[in-house]
Amino acid sequence: MTISAEDVKKVAFLSRLKIEEDKVAATEEEFNKILNWIDELNEVDTNGVEPLASVNENFIALRRDEVTDGNIQEEILQNAPLKEYGYFAVPKVVE
Amino acid sequence: MAAMIIETENNKWEVICGLEIHCQIISESKMYSGASTEFGAEPNTHVSFVDAAMPGMLPVLNEQCVRQAVKTGLGLNAKINKYSEFSRKNYFYADLPQGYQITQFQHPIVGEGYVDITLEDGTARRIGIERLHIEQDAGKSIHDIDPCMSFIDLNRSGVGLMEIVTKPDFRSPEEAGEFLKKLRSIVRYLGTCDGNMDEGSMRCDVNVSVRKIGEGGYRTRTEMKNVNSMRFVMQAIENEAKRHVEVYETGGEIEQETRQFDPSTGKSKVMRKKEFAHDYRYFPEPDLLPLMLSDEYIDGIKKDMVELPDAKRERFVRDLGITEYDARILCENREVADFFETAAKGRDAKKVANWMMGDFFAMLNKNALRISESPISPENLGMLVDLIAKEVISGKIAKDVFEIMSETGEAPDKIVEEKGLKQVTDTGAIEAIVDEVIASSPENVASYKAGKANLLGWFVGQVIKKSQGKANPAIVNKLLSEKLAK
Repeated sequence: MTISAEDVKKVAFLSRLKIEEDKVAATEEEFNKILNWIDELNEVDTNGVEPLASVNENFIALRRDEVTDGNIQEEILQNAPLKEYGYFAVPKVVE
Repeated sequence: MAAMIIETENNKWEVICGLEIHCQIISESKMYSGASTEFGAEPNTHVSFVDAAMPGMLPVLNEQCVRQAVKTGLGLNAKINKYSEFSRKNYFYADLPQGYQITQFQHPIVGEGYVDITLEDGTARRIGIERLHIEQDAGKSIHDIDPCMSFIDLNRSGVGLMEIVTKPDFRSPEEAGEFLKKLRSIVRYLGTCDGNMDEGSMRCDVNVSVRKIGEGGYRTRTEMKNVNSMRFVMQAIENEAKRHVEVYETGGEIEQETRQFDPSTGKSKVMRKKEFAHDYRYFPEPDLLPLMLSDEYIDGIKKDMVELPDAKRERFVRDLGITEYDARILCENREVADFFETAAKGRDAKKVANWMMGDFFAMLNKNALRISESPISPENLGMLVDLIAKEVISGKIAKDVFEIMSETGEAPDKIVEEKGLKQVTDTGAIEAIVDEVIASSPENVASYKAGKANLLGWFVGQVIKKSQGKANPAIVNKLLSEKLAK
């Protein structure tokens, strides 16, 4: 599997990353190197092997349903570049 | 009528629809943090560092959210998957601080199931459930406070959601409406979601396509997001199906797209086309291990299940002898069903059902009361039915007693006693009034005897009136007929 300059631009857009035009070719090459390596892994025969979601053999630990957190509005908003009336203020987003 | 058919000059089109419903899970704390889920708090106060996606914070799954999802799955007659996994769904939006939503993709907690619905005309339909998975809610964007800024409140961020996906089994707006009503009833019975569409605790996405009758497969569908009342869902399906037919009939093609439903017009407009469709790049959530449920755990939840509306309705019809229709109405809401069952205990359930379907619901409606706020207790409603059955009061007087009960909340026997409303069944006392009425209206007596038989009703009315409604009508009738025949 190889990816094109177009793919690089699309992934960059989806990730909201700005990639300068003169860096696209280099990024494309890097992506392809990674994918080639993944292809190498594909040479291993995994027929009949269940896909693995986690290498940890345990299963998830659950939490009791109790309110133990919150009421820290000031800390939550502390790093916000803009805040108003206890809200985060962001450029108008209407889809 | 079950299916909606759109007829044009040359074709008959049928409507195909599927729903995706987001149900907010009832729990004290959020799905992955210990912040409160309580609605209506000051902005950003029910937020932990996890919900605000501060670097290094890790999600820990709330046990109650899992339990609620399993319970709901069982209520949808669905397969509970003992193994499920969490995935990341990546997208950027201002009210999603993580930049991704933790959801379930390939291995949801609940698999296929079904919900049975009954339409207005009595037709029964089975709607397939594709899956139910659990995921986290996003925060809330507020666009109308400031003209150039949007405000973000993260109080809802991280609240647990169940997304329920149906199969494309709906063939009319009515079916979708009935299904939503039934689903709301089920989650409310189970206590897993409060089912309020107007408050956003239950939200609905609608998928619509059409096809010619007899045509195999499905045509391209369009999706309408966040249609937030049952009426709007029905309206959205109807209008969107008509739009599809119009496009096809004029030689056009339907494009796969997401549309926004506008409640003020009932129409929808394009939100985003497929070529701009979000590419969510799902991958297994590295911060959460797979979820494994044991048979004992699932059986334990099964054992604690409440009786659901269908089972209750069947039992009411079978054991209490009320009609299918009455049972359906009485079972839609669990509190109503419980009220009825308490009121009907040990007496004629049909009579109790009649009172509830008639005067009782009318009284609640008139005063805009919920059943839990009813001034009349179920025991007292039952007692009122007893007083009629035992001929202590007539049906007519009972209406007056009911009226007083709804104002004062007093017990009917006390009201009857204090106001002296007891029905007179003493023949002697009634006879005296009958004689008095006959003696005071010689002309009517003459007319009656001359053949005007319908005057009997007038005499009965006079006697009952003179007794202030307390004379037993059957006895009055009998005495009058005898005396006037002389």
